[in-house]
Amino acid sequence: MLDLALKGRPRYWIWVSFLITMILIGFICWMREHHVGAAVTTGLSRDVSWGFHVGQLTFFVGVAASAVLVVLPYYFHNYKTFGRIAVIGEFLAVGCVLIAMLSVFVIMGQPSRVWNVILHPTPHSIIFWDMVVLITYLSLNLLCGWTILHAEKKSAPPPKWIKPFIYWAILWAPSIHTVTAFLYAGLPGRPHWMTALQAAHFLATAFAAGPSLLIILSMIIKKISKFDPGQQAINKLAEIATYALIIHLFFIGLEFFTAFYSQIPDHMVALKYLYVGYEGHTGMVTWMAISTLLAFTGLLIFIFPPLRKWNVTKLIGAVCIFFSIWMDKGFAFVVSGFIPNPFDKVTEAWIALNEFLVAAGVWSVGALVITVLYKIAITVKEKAVFDKYGQKQVVD
Amino acid sequence: MITRREFLKISAFASLMGLGGAFGIEALEKKQGKEVIKDIKALKAKRWAMVIDTRKFKTQEDFDKIIKACHKPHNVPEIINPLHEVKWIWTEDYEHSFPGTAEQYISKEVKERKFLLLCNHCDNAPCTRVCPVKATFKREDGITMQDMHRCIGCKFCMAGCPYGARNYNFLPPRDYIKEFNNEYPTRTLGVVEKCTFCNERIDRGLLPYCVEASEGKIIFGDLFDSNSEIRKVLSENIVIRRKVELGTQPMVFYII
Repeated sequence: MLDLALKGRPRYWIWVSFLITMILIGFICWMREHHVGAAVTTGLSRDVSWGFHVGQLTFFVGVAASAVLVVLPYYFHNYKTFGRIAVIGEFLAVGCVLIAMLSVFVIMGQPSRVWNVILHPTPHSIIFWDMVVLITYLSLNLLCGWTILHAEKKSAPPPKWIKPFIYWAILWAPSIHTVTAFLYAGLPGRPHWMTALQAAHFLATAFAAGPSLLIILSMIIKKISKFDPGQQAINKLAEIATYALIIHLFFIGLEFFTAFYSQIPDHMVALKYLYVGYEGHTGMVTWMAISTLLAFTGLLIFIFPPLRKWNVTKLIGAVCIFFSIWMDKGFAFVVSGFIPNPFDKVTEAWIALNEFLVAAGVWSVGALVITVLYKIAITVKEKAVFDKYGQKQVVD
Repeated sequence: MITRREFLKISAFASLMGLGGAFGIEALEKKQGKEVIKDIKALKAKRWAMVIDTRKFKTQEDFDKIIKACHKPHNVPEIINPLHEVKWIWTEDYEHSFPGTAEQYISKEVKERKFLLLCNHCDNAPCTRVCPVKATFKREDGITMQDMHRCIGCKFCMAGCPYGARNYNFLPPRDYIKEFNNEYPTRTLGVVEKCTFCNERIDRGLLPYCVEASEGKIIFGDLFDSNSEIRKVLSENIVIRRKVELGTQPMVFYII
């Protein structure tokens, strides 16, 4: 089926060339770090040793895990509405896991030694488990998505042997994000991260941001191809995102209660720093204000059925929710964990241009993989005309 | 002329021999690796610990001498920018060494006193727990070791350490060393380094540089030996440790 990705209209090739250019730029910037040092190329410091890239890992593992929201209802509960987009969700997961894995890879000061993780397996380190679960999840989604699409191409039912792998992937999705949360939630000196709520909160944000991205992608697919992922499916995704967003906001409230009712300074400091500034350090306040504003705009749109169902507002709502969570989880959450530092002082961090371009290169790798996989899936689906339930999935 | 059959036989035999040989060499290597030859002069302890008598430090010179005694032979780069500096042992005031311990009401003298900070060599070290490649690990004598040549630079240990004792090489370290000590390795860009209680000296029967340079202000010894000097000092003075509530069991004690 790979050959289907080699035929496309000029705009497909322009997009692919753009992504390859971004990957090359990112690669050069990444190389630069290993010549001049992270002091020059990142916003990190002795006190804030993790930043934007680790945030991207956290965020995109979540988006990848959210594929379970279409896979579980469709394969496990036979929820037919998600029949057409299941593969779209699985392929999105493949690209996002790739982004997540590369985001960890680019933070490494000695990338040539990365094989040490396999050469000296260390089960008491969460990074070791992160590697294990991410590689497994990547393989599972690629295998399931590819096999099912291949069956669809041949107008045959999917082979029976794929079922256990699908169930495995369903169980694996929440696991990958739980492991991501454990990177943070078990560190004794970082009170802002050390909450038992972490994994649950991560899943809530993932299940809001993931479907939002899937809504956006589905609408783009509908616009640029003849394949229709289905209005009902898109509406259902918006409903799921609404619930997850509400749970996310509820969890933020819980964090505030625990910190401010207990009055334990270490637990309050990071929240103060994020939302109002702490001891004159206000670097993240505007960033978080925008994130919060976007979250509530998204909520307002998604909570009212007419606004949620109208495609124009739906798209705006999805963009709002996606970026709100991206800003929070993809950066603010990580750097605020280092506040205050072990000496009860505040060191702020920001995103350096070089760092951003490396991240852009990493996103482009994911986007390229998603583009190629979607190109194949769309071509197959365009030829099928009717989905397996006899519904027309191609718009003329 | 050999037949096809003979050729296959010979190849099969040769491969078996090769495999056997490989296993043999591997077994031999493993055996050799375990038997590290120890210097008979090496200092031995069940749990190395340190007591810093903060009352005895009077002038800035007292601190500078110790810091220099450590940083110079260990090829620690001198980076001025506090965001990216590398320090194995350094000073901090009371408020920032022991935050949250009634700093506003203590005596003016203690408030203005400086404290030497270094890796605490925690008995229950979070840094060694999180390292994905065992580049940081516990020695049997309690030293939290750092293998700068295995470290992949993921910085997880820096998030794990509650004491800010770990340094990442944000800048090419060799560019910031004025005088090289060829007896100790320099580091490369992108690895983490820190104090190792001078393991290289202990193993040759010498006390750590800081202890030697302190002229009695720092006591170093075996915490698990009830007859040791360090135990005597601990039983006779009021000592505190940094962030004991985290359960890390820091091995550096401060006499106030």
